[in-house]
Amino acid sequence: MPENNYFSATKTMHEIEINEIRRLTKIIQDNYGFDFKDYAISSFRRRISRIIDLYKFKSVDALINRLNSQPEFFEEFLSEITVNVTEMYRDPSFWKEIRDHVIPQILLNNNKLSIWHAGCSSGEEVYSMCILLEEMGLLDKANVIATDIDTAIISRAKQGKISKKNMVLNDKNYHRFGGNSSLDKYFDEDRESYTLKSDLLNKVSFRKHDLVKGFVFSKFDLVLCRNVMIYFNQTLQNNVLYKLHESLFKYGYLAIGSKESLIWCDIANKFLVVNNEEKIYRKIKE
Amino acid sequence: MNGVRLSDKYKAVVIGGSAGSFKPVTQILSSVPEDFPLPIFLCLHRLKHVRHGFVEALSIKSNKKIIEPYDKEPIKRGLVYLAPANYHMSIELGNTFALSTEELVNNSRPAIDITLETAAYNYKDKLIGILLSGANKDGAYGMKKIKERGGMTVVQDLEDSMITTMPAAALAITEIDHVFKVEQLIQFFLQLSELYKSKV
Repeated sequence: MPENNYFSATKTMHEIEINEIRRLTKIIQDNYGFDFKDYAISSFRRRISRIIDLYKFKSVDALINRLNSQPEFFEEFLSEITVNVTEMYRDPSFWKEIRDHVIPQILLNNNKLSIWHAGCSSGEEVYSMCILLEEMGLLDKANVIATDIDTAIISRAKQGKISKKNMVLNDKNYHRFGGNSSLDKYFDEDRESYTLKSDLLNKVSFRKHDLVKGFVFSKFDLVLCRNVMIYFNQTLQNNVLYKLHESLFKYGYLAIGSKESLIWCDIANKFLVVNNEEKIYRKIKE
Repeated sequence: MNGVRLSDKYKAVVIGGSAGSFKPVTQILSSVPEDFPLPIFLCLHRLKHVRHGFVEALSIKSNKKIIEPYDKEPIKRGLVYLAPANYHMSIELGNTFALSTEELVNNSRPAIDITLETAAYNYKDKLIGILLSGANKDGAYGMKKIKERGGMTVVQDLEDSMITTMPAAALAITEIDHVFKVEQLIQFFLQLSELYKSKV
């Protein structure tokens, strides 16, 4: 992936009009069955500009033409349009809360634990979870599913690979989280990267799933969907929350990003705020 | 203030700053009256992993309430909004904020260019953009966008800036309407405030 300084002061970013975005989302819907029309407009527009710059398209129409004439280009498009920036143990205090309160609470009434990472991207949060479970001695009791809309990013997540450059931040976060060992213990090291050890990685079932159009496929004790719905507008956030709600057992937990909120959603009252700081909710009504 | 064409057409103010901007921002916030009617968006470079303390530090001398908005939070008149740690803050269609965790821009998240550019897109000629002291070029592109869409552009006087890279970068790539020292910026806000009072 190229370095992203698409906002550099010397370059004029491509100005994209709303009607161009509408045409684009329609083509994608008609040809590929993905629905982007309710994505948040500010970030979606930036993603489109980014693709136009990256592939040196002259206009949105040129991009539309490519999508019409070259179906194999869509996979690349999908990888670039979705935001795949993530880190291990982002918000260390959140992960402490999961370890010290949420998981013990779930295990009060169950001896098994089912977890869904909805919108797992390149997998950093899933790896964080695996290591956390390992450190709690719960890896064998857990069933972990990770899904994303983008097949290419799932393939990457499945490899368990993290570049050495990114590992610096992950390591800092892990120490702030208060992990009880050293992060590299869970990875095999080679020249450029670290790879999550296979006994941890093999615990995870990675699948392709589209939150927007996909169906509810199972029920979980804990669903993590952090900083995923921020790319949706309010209508779509609302619809997706119905699915997340249905995917939880009663009294199951939902975790969203630290600056996301459910209060503008229809079914906010079916959740109880467990930790407002870390944005952890509990399903209290069917 | 000579040569300043103030008007009550403006709907929002956006302020960007980095190294050396904390003091001018607190000076401005301590002078802007409580009933200043426009929303003020602050995008200041900050540590990515420190979520707490910044709003509190800015609030100590502020007459106005400062909040870090949630994603899709509606924008209200008269409030001061600070871009939260480790998120980009955009102004979204429909008068709300939209946060994102996209790639760093100009090595920054929050990036000033993103807040300025999306504010310019939504408020067009009804936006005032102010860029303060800072050690990188984030914000210059955003100021250019504000100018292109007819908004007013203001940068901190280089002599008055602790670090000049940021205002200088904006001056280099776009037309800047006013170059103000902090004291002048404060006067600017006070006069703007008066204008809206007489409007009612």
